[in-house]
Amino acid sequence: MKENSGKVTQNIKKERIVELLTSWEFLLVLIFIFVIVLNSILSPYFLDLQNILDNTFNFTEKAIIALSMMLVIICADIDISVASIIAIASVFMGYASEVHGAGTTILVVIGVVTGIIAGFINGIIITKLDIPAIGVTIGTMSLYRGIAYVILGDKAYTKYPKDFAFFGQGYIGSTGIPFEFVVFIVLTVVFGIILHRTTIGRKLYAIGNNSTGARFSGINVNRIRLWLFTLNGFLSGVASVFLTSRLGSTRPYIANGWELEIITTVVLGGVSIFGGKGNIFGVIVAIFLLGFLRFGMGLMNIPGTEMNIVIGFLLIVAIMLPNFMAGLRERYFKKI
Amino acid sequence: MKNIRVICELRGIKKYFHGVKALDGVDFVVREGEIHALIGENGAGKSTLVKIMTGIYQPDTGKIIFDGKETQFRTPHESQMSGISAIHQETSMFPDLSVVENIFMGHPIKKSGGIFLDWKKMKNETLVLLNKLGIKNINPDDSVKNLSVAERHLIEIVKALSLDARILIMDEPTSALTMNEVKVLFNIVRQLKTEGKAIVFISHKLDEIFEIADSYTVLRDGHYIGSGSIKDVNMDNLIKMMVGRDVNRLFPKEDVKIGDRVLEVKGLTRYGVFKDISFDLRKSEILGFFGLVGSGRSEVMRAIFGIDSFDEGEIYIDNQKIEISDPKGALKMGIAYVPEDRQQQGLILKMSIRDNITLPIVDFLAKLIFLNDKRELEITEEYGKKLEVKASSWDAPVQSLSGGNQQKVVLSKWLATRPRILILDEPTKGIDVGTKAAVHKFMGELVKQGISIIMVSSELPEILGMSDRIVVMHEGLITGIFNKNEANSENIIRAATGLIKAG
Repeated sequence: MKENSGKVTQNIKKERIVELLTSWEFLLVLIFIFVIVLNSILSPYFLDLQNILDNTFNFTEKAIIALSMMLVIICADIDISVASIIAIASVFMGYASEVHGAGTTILVVIGVVTGIIAGFINGIIITKLDIPAIGVTIGTMSLYRGIAYVILGDKAYTKYPKDFAFFGQGYIGSTGIPFEFVVFIVLTVVFGIILHRTTIGRKLYAIGNNSTGARFSGINVNRIRLWLFTLNGFLSGVASVFLTSRLGSTRPYIANGWELEIITTVVLGGVSIFGGKGNIFGVIVAIFLLGFLRFGMGLMNIPGTEMNIVIGFLLIVAIMLPNFMAGLRERYFKKI
Repeated sequence: MKNIRVICELRGIKKYFHGVKALDGVDFVVREGEIHALIGENGAGKSTLVKIMTGIYQPDTGKIIFDGKETQFRTPHESQMSGISAIHQETSMFPDLSVVENIFMGHPIKKSGGIFLDWKKMKNETLVLLNKLGIKNINPDDSVKNLSVAERHLIEIVKALSLDARILIMDEPTSALTMNEVKVLFNIVRQLKTEGKAIVFISHKLDEIFEIADSYTVLRDGHYIGSGSIKDVNMDNLIKMMVGRDVNRLFPKEDVKIGDRVLEVKGLTRYGVFKDISFDLRKSEILGFFGLVGSGRSEVMRAIFGIDSFDEGEIYIDNQKIEISDPKGALKMGIAYVPEDRQQQGLILKMSIRDNITLPIVDFLAKLIFLNDKRELEITEEYGKKLEVKASSWDAPVQSLSGGNQQKVVLSKWLATRPRILILDEPTKGIDVGTKAAVHKFMGELVKQGISIIMVSSELPEILGMSDRIVVMHEGLITGIFNKNEANSENIIRAATGLIKAG
């Protein structure tokens, strides 16, 4: 028995290394490096720091929502209504600005509060009426976007206060770092801590893995889910402020299709669509991977529609890889 | 009767997982018309052996000889085609499909031409099989979700027969059945035996094994220990073979001085589930709750723990009325509930031992909202060691543990909440004799420390051996409360089957 134990610890060490090398996060980092190297070779403009920083404008708003969406999906829920929340919040801001001449502060409050209320409504219907999140948020997706269309019709709101532009277009002082990107980085740290270092994160994993077991353990599952959907609405409101400010206008089809892009990012980041699994590192790598992939293809003048083909392909490969890797791992362990 | 033919023979089977031995040279012989009990503690290797027979795993070394020819079962399908069918603990059925659809799932009968399904023929076939087994109250067109657990088991058997199975492997088939349902099942099993089917019967209930089995094979820690005819052994022999030592089968409940009333339940009612439930629990007392499956015992406990709401009635702790609206509230009141269903209700299987043990108290251990790794590890070690949880690491996922160890983690988890009142729902269901004795001994220690226990159990010897008082329920009503000295198996069974009504 004694002489075996040394061998066993050695095997465990080997297993850990193999597990790390075949992990999803490691693969994502590899793909990420590949994309950067490829882009730098193909385009001389890619490795320009200011170019890279300005490129973050293209994905920061989605990335912000991806953070709370990550928590929602880890909890084995889903929220399809986020893009529609952006739309309805943007329309309310546009209405307040154009019709009532509201100032910047009021606009921000309207955008954020609209998001909070929309998310809270999602959460209340899901938890109180006990209806699956996918059904409810498909419904509110149409509902919120529909309200935006009814209010705005085929017009556009374009009259926003001058200083409102700062949120989506401004930089921190003269550093050349976009303000919204800084907000995203701060939120990333906060969400990383919430997910991995607090009791809330522990409970989210527990609920996502087995909500019955979590409830029997004294976790108030539905209260946590309610706040999670509200949080998702809140960050959608924040994203709406940034996006509206960046575009300087509101049309009812604003942020069309973003919900799937956001969910794609989270799933690509290694968060299981069945809940209970995933970490912030993977999601952050996925955010930058997709952001830089689009950026590089943009520099090469590849149109958006064709970019989608590449991203779709990447997603399928990424979803297939873990199974493939699990096979490799199995074969390796069989040997020892 | 010497013409007993061997159908399947496993010789010297070895199987490793990640370098750890699961089976180490196991022999197993299945004969025609024989009920063969496969016996062993949790983690002994029974499930692995079954999975090798059913083609889910392949042995690393060793031979499978089927009908005299050496074979390999590379897939479950190959094993099924050879005539081996397993009926699992958790029946894997499609609840929204009908009985016929479930039975012929995967091997439908087609009309000539091979495109369209011949539902008429499949339904007839089902009726023939049901009739043959003497099952009259199942309608082939019913959705499976409308059937009881027992009936689903029967459907699984019919499914196996529709596949022309020659070997039926039954893994803990009786664990969720009432006594009458067990009787029906055993009759069917005996009938299958007379038709020449071989039955591999896995159960922790040794009395059942002596009732039904013809032969036995014992495994321990992946080793083959022995096999033979059931006539040649007694219960103590078998236990010794399983555990590797003598185990005191008597329940080691010592007399403890019983104190004041800590919990009182008055007129608790949940419409349509249970009615007018009143009882009390004293300090250091073990209060047994007996009843058949469906009598409402667990439902009462769930209501006390705040999982389900109730419509009428009051709950008092230390003679003070309390309101419990959720499990968290119950935990604060010092009540802990160890649920019957470990896998679904008791544990988060994919999470670590540490995360599981500290889950109910994670808020109390935390600094503000930040996880306190050090305290979590201390608590896990304290309770994990106290209950002798065997694991390679406290960060190993709970699903990697054997059933008995999982149950110890569940107990650790709830003891770590430092309860005054501990509700144990079927605490020894599906666990082996060794662990069972450990759990009973531990319950005795807990009451010595002043904890009061409510123990829900379907096992009469356990109830009679461990309880200071026994509450018996039948169809949502209390039909008797017995003191230890007046309780015997007869009056308890009478109360549990509704033959006497409480005054």
